[in-house]
Amino acid sequence: MTLQVENLTLYYQTLRGDARALEDATFKMADGEIMGVAGESGCGKTTLGHGIVLLKPPMKFVRGRVVLDGEELPIWDMERMREYRFRKISIIPQYAMNALNPIRKIGTMIGEVVRSRGIDYGAILPELKRRLDLVGLSHDVLKMYPIELSGGMKQRVVLVLSTLLNPSVLIADEITSALDVSTQKAVMEMLVEFRDRGFVKSIMVITHDISILYQVADSIMVMYAGQLSEKGPTEVIIHRPRHPYTKMLIGSLPKVGVRYAETRLSGIPGSPPVLLDPPPGCRFQDRCPVAFEKCRDVPPFLEIEPGHFVACWREY
Amino acid sequence: MGLKARSEFLYFAWRNKKLRVGLAIILFFALMAIFGPFLAKYPPNEYVEVAAFPPSREHWFGTTIFGQDVFSQFVHGLRATFIVGLIGGTIGTLLGILIGFTAGYRGGMVDEILNMITNIVLIIPTLAVLIIIAAYLTVRGILTESIFIGLTAWPWAARAIRAQTFSLRVREYVDMARISGMKSWRIIFGEIAPNMMSYLLLVYILQFGGAVLNAAALDFIGLGPTDTVSLGLMMNYALLWAALPLKIWWWFVPPGAAIMAIVGALYVTNVGLDEVFNPKLREL
Amino acid sequence: MMRLDRVSKIYRVGAFGARKLPAVCDVSFDVRGGEVVSLIGESGSGKSTIGKMILRLISITSGKIWFNDMDISTLKGNALKEYYRRVQGVFQDPFGSYNPIFKADRIFQIVRREFYPHIPQADWDEKVERTLTSVGLNPQQVLNKFPHQLSGGQLQRFLIARALLLDIEFLVADEIISMLDASTRIDVLNLLADLKARGLSILFITHDLSLGYYISERAVILYCGRIMEMGRTESVFSNPIHPYTQLLMDSVPRLDQKWAKTVRSVEDGDKAHLAGCVYYPRCSKGTPECTKAIPPLVEVAPDHWVACHRW
Repeated sequence: MTLQVENLTLYYQTLRGDARALEDATFKMADGEIMGVAGESGCGKTTLGHGIVLLKPPMKFVRGRVVLDGEELPIWDMERMREYRFRKISIIPQYAMNALNPIRKIGTMIGEVVRSRGIDYGAILPELKRRLDLVGLSHDVLKMYPIELSGGMKQRVVLVLSTLLNPSVLIADEITSALDVSTQKAVMEMLVEFRDRGFVKSIMVITHDISILYQVADSIMVMYAGQLSEKGPTEVIIHRPRHPYTKMLIGSLPKVGVRYAETRLSGIPGSPPVLLDPPPGCRFQDRCPVAFEKCRDVPPFLEIEPGHFVACWREY
Repeated sequence: MGLKARSEFLYFAWRNKKLRVGLAIILFFALMAIFGPFLAKYPPNEYVEVAAFPPSREHWFGTTIFGQDVFSQFVHGLRATFIVGLIGGTIGTLLGILIGFTAGYRGGMVDEILNMITNIVLIIPTLAVLIIIAAYLTVRGILTESIFIGLTAWPWAARAIRAQTFSLRVREYVDMARISGMKSWRIIFGEIAPNMMSYLLLVYILQFGGAVLNAAALDFIGLGPTDTVSLGLMMNYALLWAALPLKIWWWFVPPGAAIMAIVGALYVTNVGLDEVFNPKLREL
Repeated sequence: MMRLDRVSKIYRVGAFGARKLPAVCDVSFDVRGGEVVSLIGESGSGKSTIGKMILRLISITSGKIWFNDMDISTLKGNALKEYYRRVQGVFQDPFGSYNPIFKADRIFQIVRREFYPHIPQADWDEKVERTLTSVGLNPQQVLNKFPHQLSGGQLQRFLIARALLLDIEFLVADEIISMLDASTRIDVLNLLADLKARGLSILFITHDLSLGYYISERAVILYCGRIMEMGRTESVFSNPIHPYTQLLMDSVPRLDQKWAKTVRSVEDGDKAHLAGCVYYPRCSKGTPECTKAIPPLVEVAPDHWVACHRW
C-alpha cells in the first residue's frame, strides 16, 4: 500500500465560520495505482490533494491520518513536511504552469528547487536531460524563459521537475484542464509512461473531466460536497456505477455520437449544499431521486465487492 | 456595493490600525482648521503683543517677531492648507479621471495622443513652472495657487487610472454593456468607474497630500498667496526673519510639524486603505 | 442569415505596429435561419475573435460580415443598436459577465433602459418573469440577488433570458458552458437547443467536440485562424478528412472507447509563418508541397469542405 488515508477531515477557515470542505475521507492507493479523483467544483478534490502535501491556512487540519509507505506523514506541520515534499510525495498544483517565475530561465529555476533540497544540480543534470527527451522537449528549454513555452510544454516541464527525485506519490491537480485536447492526450500519456518506468510509484489524478480518467486511470474515486461517494476500478465506475450521484453524473456527459435530436441528456437538478452549514447525513440527499429518511445519517463508505466502495444507504 | 461587502469592508477597516491612526490625525487637524479660527482671539496678521513672546496662557503658541499671535496664524494657515488640498486634489483627480478613462477606454490613436501629452506634462519640472507662473502674478490667492497645483499634478493619476481602465475594459461585463448598445460615457461611469471606487479614493488621497506638500513648498520659497496666511508662509517668514538663529522655535515648529503630520497621516491612511481594499494584504 | 465573407483580423504589434499578427485569416462560412453551427477550435484558434467580430466588439481588418444582406461593419448609432436588438451574445465566464458590485438582475434594467424605455415598469417586470420562467428559472429565487449568490448555471440562464427579452434572431454562444459543472451544463445546452427549435440561429463556439456534436447541424473546424474543415456535423465527425480533424477526433477523451496508441503530435513552439498550410509543422502527412501554397477550401462531398493539399 503506497498511500493510506484515514478519516482525513479538513476545513477552511472563513469569516463566517468553517467551510467543511473534506469530511472523513478514508481510502487507499496501491503500489503502481493511478487513481483518478473526480467531482464538480467544491467537491473537495483539490482540498484532498493539497491537504496531503501542502496544508496551510486558511486550510485547517481537523483529524485523520495519512500514511505513506508505512510512515505517518505530519501533514499538519508545513515545516516537517518539507522533508517529504518533492522527495517522497510531490504535487503539481492547479495552474502550476502559470506560476513559473517569468524572469527565471527554466534551468535556473530547476537548479534552485533542487539545490534547496540539498541536491547537486550538476549531478542530477544527466537524468534531467534524459527525462526531457522522454517528454519530447529539447534541452534548449533549460535556457528558455517560461513565456517562450506553450502551455503543453510548460506542463511537461512541471511534470519532469515534480518527479525528478522519484517520489512515491505524485498528486496532479487539473494538470490538463487548461490544455487543448490533442495536448491533453499527450500529457496524460506521459503521466502513464512515468509510472510505467517507475519514476513515480502511484499517481493521484484530480480532474473534473471523468472521461480523461477513463482513458488513463486504474481506479476512480468520485467525490461530492466534501464526502467520498464511490471508489472502484475504472471499468466498474464508468459502466456499473452504484452511487446515484455517479450514475447521474456519467449520464449527463455528452459523448461524441450522441445528438440532441436523438438522445436528450439531462443534468442533475438543484445545486450542491453550502459547506458552511451542510445538512446532516449524505450531502447528496437533496438532489437524490432515491433519498429516504435514512439518508439523514452519514452513510458508511462500504466495500460492496473487492475494491469497490460506495457510500449510499440504498446499498444495504 | 452589497450590504455584505460593505459590512466586511467596515470590519476590516476598523481592524486596521494604520487606517485608524491616520484618520484620527487627519480628523484632528481638520476639526482644528474648521473650529480653530473661532477659538483664536486675534486676527492672524494683526500686531497684538510684544515681539517674539514664548508660548503662554494668553498666546498659546507664542507670538512672532512682529508680535502676531502664532496660534491664530496656525489655525488660519491650517484652513488654507486644507483648502489647497481639497481644491488642488480635486482638480488633479478630476483631470486624471477624465484623461485616464478616455485614454484607457478608447485606446488606439486617442490613447497614444493623450499618453504623449501626459508624458510631456509628467516630465516638465512642475515646481519650476509653478515658480515662473507665480512670479508673473502679482496678486495671488489660495484659489489660484490651488488651481495651478491641480493643473500640474494630474499626469500620474491619469496614468494610474488609464492602466486600471485598460484591465477593466476587457472584462466580459463591459462587453455585455457594449452589446446592450450603451454609450461609451455610460459604460465608463456606470460600469467601469464603480469598480474602481476604492482605487479612485486612493488616488484622491495621494493627490490631496501632494497638493498640500506642493503648496507648502511654494509658500516656503515665497511664491504663495499674498493676501492670507498659510503654514508654508509662516515658515517662510520665520526663515526670513531669522527665527532659527534667534531660537524662536514656537514660530516654525507648529506649521512644520502640522504639514508633516497631515501628509504623513494621509500616506498612512492610504496604506491602511490599500490593505483593507486588497484582500491579499488583509490579515485574517 | 449571418454570412462571413473572407473575414480576417490582423493585429499589429510592436513599435508603430510593425509586426503583423494574424488572428483570423480569410474565414468564410454562413449560419442559416434556425440553425446551430459549431465553431470548434483550440485556444488561440481565433474562434472567440470571430464571435466578437460578429458582435462588433472587435473591428474587422478585411472581409465582410453580412447579416440578412446588411454589411454590419458600417453600422453606427441607432442602426447598431437595432442590430443588437436582433443579434446578441453570451460569453464564457458567467461571473465575469456581471458587474460584481451590482445585483444580477440589473442586466434586465439595462435592456429596458436602452431598448424599451416606453414599456411601463409593471409590464416589464411581468415580461422578465415570464422570460425567466421560460429559461427554467424560478423568478422568486433568482431576482434581487448578487451574482455571487447565484450558481454559474443560473447566471448563464440569466444571460440567455436577457437576450430573449430582445427580438433576437441570432445568438453568439461563446464557450457558454465550459465553466459550468458537468451536472448542470447539459441543461443549459438543452435550453439552447430548445431556442433553436423556436427558430433562433446560434453560433456555438466551443473547444469540446462532443458538445459540438450534440447540438449542431453543421461544424466548422478552425486552426490558427483558418478553417481546416467544415460541413454537416455527421460528415465531419464520422468521416474527418483533414489530418487535424483526425487528430482531434483521436484525442477526444470518450467514455465508450479508449485512446488509440497513435504517434504523439505535440507542438514544439515553432509558430513561424509559412507561405503554405498553417498545420504543416504539426502534420503527420505533410509533404514539401504543403509549404508552398495555402490549401484552398474544397468541397469534397456535398456540404463537406476541406482545406488540405493531401486529402
